[in-house]
Amino acid sequence: MHWLRTFALCFMLAVSTSAFAVQPDEVLPDPALEARARVLSQELRCLVCQNQSIEDSDALLARDLRLLLRERLKSGDSDRQVLDFLVARYGEFVLLRPPLSWHTALLWLTPGGLLILGIIALVAAGRCRARPNLAEPALTPQETAQLKGLADQ
Amino acid sequence: MIPELGHYALVLAFALSLIQATVPIYGARSNDAALMSVAAPTALAQFVFVALSFIALIACYVTSDFSVATTFENSHSAMPLVYKITSAWGNHEGSMLLWVLILAAFGALVALFGNNLPPTLKANVLGVQSWIAAAFFLFILLTSNPFARLADAPLEGRDLNPLLQDLGLAIHPPLLYLGYVGFSISFSFAIAALIEGRIDAAWARWVRPWTLLAWMFLTIGIAMGSYWAYYELGWGGWWFWDPVENASFMPWLAGTALLHSALVMEKRNALKVWTLLLAILAFSLSLLGTFLVRSGVLTSVHTFASDPLRGVFILAILVVFIGGAFSLFAWRAPLLKQGGLFAPVSREGALVLNNLFLTTCCATVFVGTLYPLALEALTGEKISVGAPFFNATFWPLFVPLLIAMPFGPLMAWKRGDVLGVTQRLFGAFALALVGIAATYAVTTGGPVLAPFAIGLAIFVVGGAFVDLIERTGLGKLPLPVTLKRAAGLPRSAWGGAIAHLGIGITVFGIVCETNWASERIAAVKPQETISLRGYDLTFEGLTQRRGPNYTEQLGTFVVRSGGVEIGTLQPSKRSFASRGSATSEAALLTRGVSQLYISLGDPGAGGSVTVRLYHKPLVLLIWLGAVVMFLGGGLSLSDRRLRVGAPKPAKIKPSLQPAE
Repeated sequence: MHWLRTFALCFMLAVSTSAFAVQPDEVLPDPALEARARVLSQELRCLVCQNQSIEDSDALLARDLRLLLRERLKSGDSDRQVLDFLVARYGEFVLLRPPLSWHTALLWLTPGGLLILGIIALVAAGRCRARPNLAEPALTPQETAQLKGLADQ
Repeated sequence: MIPELGHYALVLAFALSLIQATVPIYGARSNDAALMSVAAPTALAQFVFVALSFIALIACYVTSDFSVATTFENSHSAMPLVYKITSAWGNHEGSMLLWVLILAAFGALVALFGNNLPPTLKANVLGVQSWIAAAFFLFILLTSNPFARLADAPLEGRDLNPLLQDLGLAIHPPLLYLGYVGFSISFSFAIAALIEGRIDAAWARWVRPWTLLAWMFLTIGIAMGSYWAYYELGWGGWWFWDPVENASFMPWLAGTALLHSALVMEKRNALKVWTLLLAILAFSLSLLGTFLVRSGVLTSVHTFASDPLRGVFILAILVVFIGGAFSLFAWRAPLLKQGGLFAPVSREGALVLNNLFLTTCCATVFVGTLYPLALEALTGEKISVGAPFFNATFWPLFVPLLIAMPFGPLMAWKRGDVLGVTQRLFGAFALALVGIAATYAVTTGGPVLAPFAIGLAIFVVGGAFVDLIERTGLGKLPLPVTLKRAAGLPRSAWGGAIAHLGIGITVFGIVCETNWASERIAAVKPQETISLRGYDLTFEGLTQRRGPNYTEQLGTFVVRSGGVEIGTLQPSKRSFASRGSATSEAALLTRGVSQLYISLGDPGAGGSVTVRLYHKPLVLLIWLGAVVMFLGGGLSLSDRRLRVGAPKPAKIKPSLQPAE
């Protein structure tokens, strides 16, 4: 039931069409081009599904996008150009890996940033703990004299 | 009558939970033993009443009582008995009842086996546990009553979602909930410690078995869900970084960190405050997981708003418990005394490193899962964060953890020696290098980094063995001595090494599956043969078959390898008339730990059908690794030092001589 909500929508859409994603008639004859299409498909979101790539989705829209993507590849677009074309059409929502920009900065900076902060905090904590031993204040001249006096007695 | 009894039992359980949530805690404050002793019997009674309520619900489903709204929505009289039972928790209301049942069960276990706890701690723990229970009872009774009746009872139910009519998914939620809810005990212990303002190594010893138990079930529950997705969804994926998966993965990461930091606390009395924080965090993430899945907020922010009472109620529970816990933590944690100094390079240091990476991984999954929701709520802008993002951010954090993993258990407490440990890991290094070279030589194609990933997996597996070899002195000492040492080794040491071995096995499976899986999509006609990786599949044709509550189209494929027949695969497409929906049932042929996977598509002209065929090398290792982790956890749990009951001290030989 955990996956229920996620997949229910797609399955409802899929019932009347097919049981799985890429159909034999979609596959490009050129294996190199098809391999590129596959990689790109995994980066693109099926817009009517929840968190599914067009590679995995069996919705009709996903099929349309897969065909469109292959059309662009056949006409000689680079991977970048294909993605840009789809973003221009459907917005950034179509990308499963959002590009780095101001509104995704926090998203992208969290992993590395947190790790660095963690390391800094650990080093600081280590220093803090080590300090009492190292930074024991030196004796004042007066105290030294007192000590000397005591030792002499 | 039965639904009303179930409902009434639930109301009684709620009343009991209110008593348990207040009286023992007041007793602990006023040091009144009589009031404190109220906790244990109420916890047991609470469990009995929730169990009665749950049994009543099951009875409604078994007897197909469609006058009950949830039964009508989710069951069908023609369903096999086992699915009638499991459909009881295959929906929101029933699964929440299961949630509180497990919560009450854990409370009852503490009441039964917590005799060695100091009385005030036991009273506080059970009291806090009951706060959570009371909140969820109220939630169920007010917003999600599973026993609500329909005025006109329909003749037939609407059937359970076909995807859920599967044994794997039937036992997945109970396992997962055992994990989620199990962390409530660590949480209650943490809150009780904060209330008392006292925490010591003994506290960690009491908490660790509960955390371990929860962790074990969460591990196996996640693995089960992943395997279900693999064979049921029909496209051979086993992890999608889907928000609902992430919701269970985050508590796992935090719980794993908690297990390790509690170890430091128990052995060295250090990292106390951090361990408390992790205990709070692990359960908070479990609550968050429940919220994410149950509130509908994931589908879209708008679905959430369409059923506001439920969503807002869970959100309120979330805010009160998580917010309250963290406020209490901020207020009381500074009072706790820190102890146990250690050098940065030491077993403690290694475990701190483990915690740093695990919590960063957890935070990454957290941000990735919630960022689109937060951004949409704040700015209205919609973005997608999917598998490519998680793969790009999670693995760079997890790989260093895997590299460091074999070093940890070999380090000495207080002050370790990296060079010495590296020397002792020589065998594992050598094995990894051989693995890299062999992979490079044998495979063609695949990503450049793939052989190194194999090397890493071998290193982790080898590291687990080196740990055991070092502890038993195998090879250095005579065999009888080694065996004696192996027998004398604490079970927790065996458990730890075996759990680490499990991680290595899982990683091995993941690396092989992602790099060398092959796929074939084709339209096949009867008697036509398709080939993949040395396997030839001959299509024998489609047949129709009738199941208890569905009809299916069955494709039959004879599999040959080198001309020899090795099996038959029968993938099918099932259609369920009652819901007007269909599922694709993939067929699997297991060869060793690799699998041949075939799923059926649409029938075409001339009796042909489209199929999707995969060869998944060593794919079963992914889940077998999780089983090994589970077993390692179980072994560790059986260690007598951790046993939940009071440990019996070893009999001391009378050393005094009788007086002359």
